[in-house]
Amino acid sequence: METADLFTELRSLGLGERLLTGDAQLAAFGSDALTAFHQRPLAVAVVESAAEVAAVVRLCHRRAVPFVARGSGTSLSGGSLPVGEGIVIALNRLDRVLSVDPDARTAVVEPGVINLAVSAAAAPHGLAYAPDPSSQSVCTIGGNLAFNSGGAHCLKHGMTSNHVLGLCVVLPDGEVVDLGGDSTEHVGPDWTAMFSGCEGLFGIAIEATLRLVPIPESVRTALAVFDSLERAGDAVAAIVGAGLVPVAMEIMDPLAIEAAEASVSPGYPRGGALLIVELEGEEEVVEGELAAVEGLLRDCGCAEMRTTADPDERALIWKGRKSAFSAVGWLSPDYIVQDGVVPRTRLGEALREIERLGAERGIRVANVFHAGDGNLHPLILFDGREAGAVERAEELAAEILALCVELGGSITGEHGVGVEKREYMKLMFSAADLALMEDVRAAVDPGRLANRGKMLTPPPPAASRSAAAA
Amino acid sequence: MSALLATDVAAVQEAVRAGRPLLPVAGGTQTATHPDPAGPVRALDVSGLRGVVDYDPAELTFTARAGTPLAEIDAMLASHGQHLPFDPPRLGEGATLGGAVAAGVSGPNGFAAGVRDFVIGVRFVDGSGRLAMGGGKVVKNAAGFDLPKLMAGSLGRLGVMVELSLKVFPRPAATATVRFPTAGLPAGLAAIAALARGPVPVSALDLTPDGAVTARIGGDAGLIEVRAERLARSIEPRGEPLAPAAESAHWEEARRFAWVGADERLVVVPAAPRRVLALDADLHRRGLHRRYGLAANVAWIAWPQAEPAAELSDLLAAQAASGVVLTGPPLPEPLIGAATGGAFARRIAAALDPAGIFAGSAPAAGGAR
Repeated sequence: METADLFTELRSLGLGERLLTGDAQLAAFGSDALTAFHQRPLAVAVVESAAEVAAVVRLCHRRAVPFVARGSGTSLSGGSLPVGEGIVIALNRLDRVLSVDPDARTAVVEPGVINLAVSAAAAPHGLAYAPDPSSQSVCTIGGNLAFNSGGAHCLKHGMTSNHVLGLCVVLPDGEVVDLGGDSTEHVGPDWTAMFSGCEGLFGIAIEATLRLVPIPESVRTALAVFDSLERAGDAVAAIVGAGLVPVAMEIMDPLAIEAAEASVSPGYPRGGALLIVELEGEEEVVEGELAAVEGLLRDCGCAEMRTTADPDERALIWKGRKSAFSAVGWLSPDYIVQDGVVPRTRLGEALREIERLGAERGIRVANVFHAGDGNLHPLILFDGREAGAVERAEELAAEILALCVELGGSITGEHGVGVEKREYMKLMFSAADLALMEDVRAAVDPGRLANRGKMLTPPPPAASRSAAAA
Repeated sequence: MSALLATDVAAVQEAVRAGRPLLPVAGGTQTATHPDPAGPVRALDVSGLRGVVDYDPAELTFTARAGTPLAEIDAMLASHGQHLPFDPPRLGEGATLGGAVAAGVSGPNGFAAGVRDFVIGVRFVDGSGRLAMGGGKVVKNAAGFDLPKLMAGSLGRLGVMVELSLKVFPRPAATATVRFPTAGLPAGLAAIAALARGPVPVSALDLTPDGAVTARIGGDAGLIEVRAERLARSIEPRGEPLAPAAESAHWEEARRFAWVGADERLVVVPAAPRRVLALDADLHRRGLHRRYGLAANVAWIAWPQAEPAAELSDLLAAQAASGVVLTGPPLPEPLIGAATGGAFARRIAAALDPAGIFAGSAPAAGGAR
C-alpha cells in the first residue's frame, strides 16, 4: 500500500511519533480560521528542525505528494487548508528567536515563532516588530510572511514584506536557498519580497531576518465618535490630506462596537461610527500632531472625543478592536470576514454601497476596517442553519469584492487569496496576468506540490504553456 | 548597435518578440547597466514612454509611465507637499522613474524605507512579449505574487517595465542636519547605532570612513530647531546643526553622488553595521573613496573606471557581499560580488524570460544573482 510506504519513509526520517496519522490527531488540522472549509490530510509531520523540513519536502517531491506548511492555523483565507492526498508540515516547534542585533535593528527567527514573541525578544533593546495582525498573540511569522500579513499599524509601517530582509527557504523540490540578507538595501531583483506573500506556493521559509523598529517615545490614541460611517471616513481623508501619517486609523460601526463590548468590554463611546487614531513618535511632535488631529476631527463633525496616553487604556482599546472578528460570534452564529481594499478617497462611497447591498438582501453587515489604507473588513452575518443562508452570504461577499475592484482596489489587503478568493483573482487580473503567475509558479514548482489549490486556479491538465499564454 | 526606439507598449512588445537580445534604457544615467554599443545586445530606448497617468494627491499614490523623468515626478509631488521617501539617486538630468525602480537602491535620505516599500503596481512586457500586470493602485494589496517588488533591482533583466504605481508620503515642511565629529570608524558605527535607535527619527544617517556622522531629520517647521538640538545632544561628542543653506546643499550633492569622480564608477553595496569594519579595511587597502549610508546599511564605493570591475567583484565576494555598478562604461554584468537567489532566481528568470532576451537574465549569464 502506497500510503503505508510513504508513512514508513516519513518515519524513517526520524519523525517517529511526530508523524501523526490517527483520525483524532488529524481532525485538529483539517481547518484553519476559515472553518467553512475542511479537509483531512493524509498525515501531519511535526518537524523540529530546518533539516527535517528539507528532508520531508524532498521526500514529498520524490513521491509527488502535495504538502501544506502550517503554523498556528489562523489564516482567514484558508491558506493552510490541507490537501486530501497530501501531508501537513507543522512548523510550530521551530519557534526560536535565533538572534537579535540591536545595532542593526534586526532579528533572525524560525518560522514557528509567534508574532508577538519577536517584539518580546526585541523589547529589552528598545525595539519592536511592527506588523501586528489581530491574531498576533497566536499567529506565526511563517504564516505572516507566506501571506504578507498586515495589521492595524500598517498605515505607517507597511506590511510583513516591508519587514523581511532575508530568508532561508526550502524550495518545493527540497533545495535550500538563501534570499536577500541582513541589510535594508538589496541589489538585483528582490527575491525576498517575491517569496513573501507567495502563499506557500514557492516553498517553505525556514529562517527569516526581520527588520525591527525603535519603540516610540510617545504614543497617543484618540477615540472619536461620528454620527455616520461616512463622516468618520471624511475625517480620515482630512487627516491624510493634511499631511499627517498616524500609525493607525481604524473605524468600527455600531454592530462591530456592540460585538466588541459584548466580548471584552473596551468601554467605547457609542455612536454611528467610532474612529480610532493613533499617533506615535517624539513627545513634542506627537503633541503637536494630536492637536492638529483633534482640530480636524471637530471640523468633520466629531460628536465626542477621548484621547489617552495610558498604556492600560490603550491596550483595552486595541483589545476591543483586535477581538472584533471573533466577537461577532456573540451576535451571530456564523459570519464571513471580507478583506477588500478601496482607494481611501472612495471609502465613503464603498461603505454606502455595502450598506445598500446588505439591506437589499436583508443581511446584517458589521464593518470594522483599517480606514487609513482603505482596507475594509465587512463581516457578513448569517445563520448557517437557515436554508440558503450560506449561499446568500457568499453572494453578498462576492458583490462586495467586485465593488472593491470596480472602485480601483483589491480583493485582499492582508488575508491573502487562499482557497477563499481564488475565483475572484480574475476580477483583478487579466488572463495574461494570471497565466504569467501560473508560469512562474510552475517554473518554481513543476509538480505544483507546495500549497496546491491556493491563490491560483490550477490549469486544466491538458493546458500547455503556450495555450495558457495565448 | 543602434538603439531601438519604443514610444508605446505595442512597440516594446514587437521589439521583444523579434527574439533578439535587448535591454531597456531610458534616461542614460545608470550607464554601467546599459548594453555595450559594440556588443550583441541592443538597447531598447523607452524614454518616449513617459507621462503621469494618474495622480490623486489625497490618495498619496500615483501611476506614471516608466520613462517619466524623476525631475517631473519630483516637481509634481512637491507642488502638493509630497515626495518619494526613498530618495532615489539622481545621477543625471535624465534619471527616470523606471530607472530608479530598476536600480532598486535608495539615496542618502531613504533611511526610513527602501524603493521596494513604495512600488505598489507594475505593468511590464516579459521575455515572451506578454504585457502583464502585478500589484495594483492601492497602498495595501495582498493579491497575487508581488511582481512590483520583484522589479525593484531587476535592472530590466526580467522584463521591460512600461508603467509603475507608487505610494508616496507627505514631504516634511522643514529639514535640519546635524554633523557629529566622531573620530574613527568604530566610534562612528557606535554613534549610528545609538542614533538609529534613539527617540528622534532620522531620514538620513551617513558615515564617512573617518568616523564623522551626518544625520538629517524632517518635520514641522516650528519644532525643527529644537529637535535638531535634541538630536545633537543625544550622543557624545555632541553634534552641531548645519546652517539651513548648507544642509540643503549637502543633501542635494549627496543624492547626485557628486563626490564620485568623473573617472570613477558608483557601486552600491548593501551592508550591515557589524560587517562594515571588515569591508572598510579591504576598501581602504585599495585606496577607494567610499561612504556608508542609511545607518550603515549600504556602502557607496567609487571604483576607478580604469580598473577591472571583476577585482571589486572578487573583493566583495570574499566578504559575502554583493553590489551593483551603476555608472561608468557598460558592463556585461553590473551585478557583482556574491550571487544571491540561487535556484529560486534561475527558475523565476526562466519563466519570465525563457528565451533569454534580456541579457543577463539567462541562467548562464548571471540570472542567479
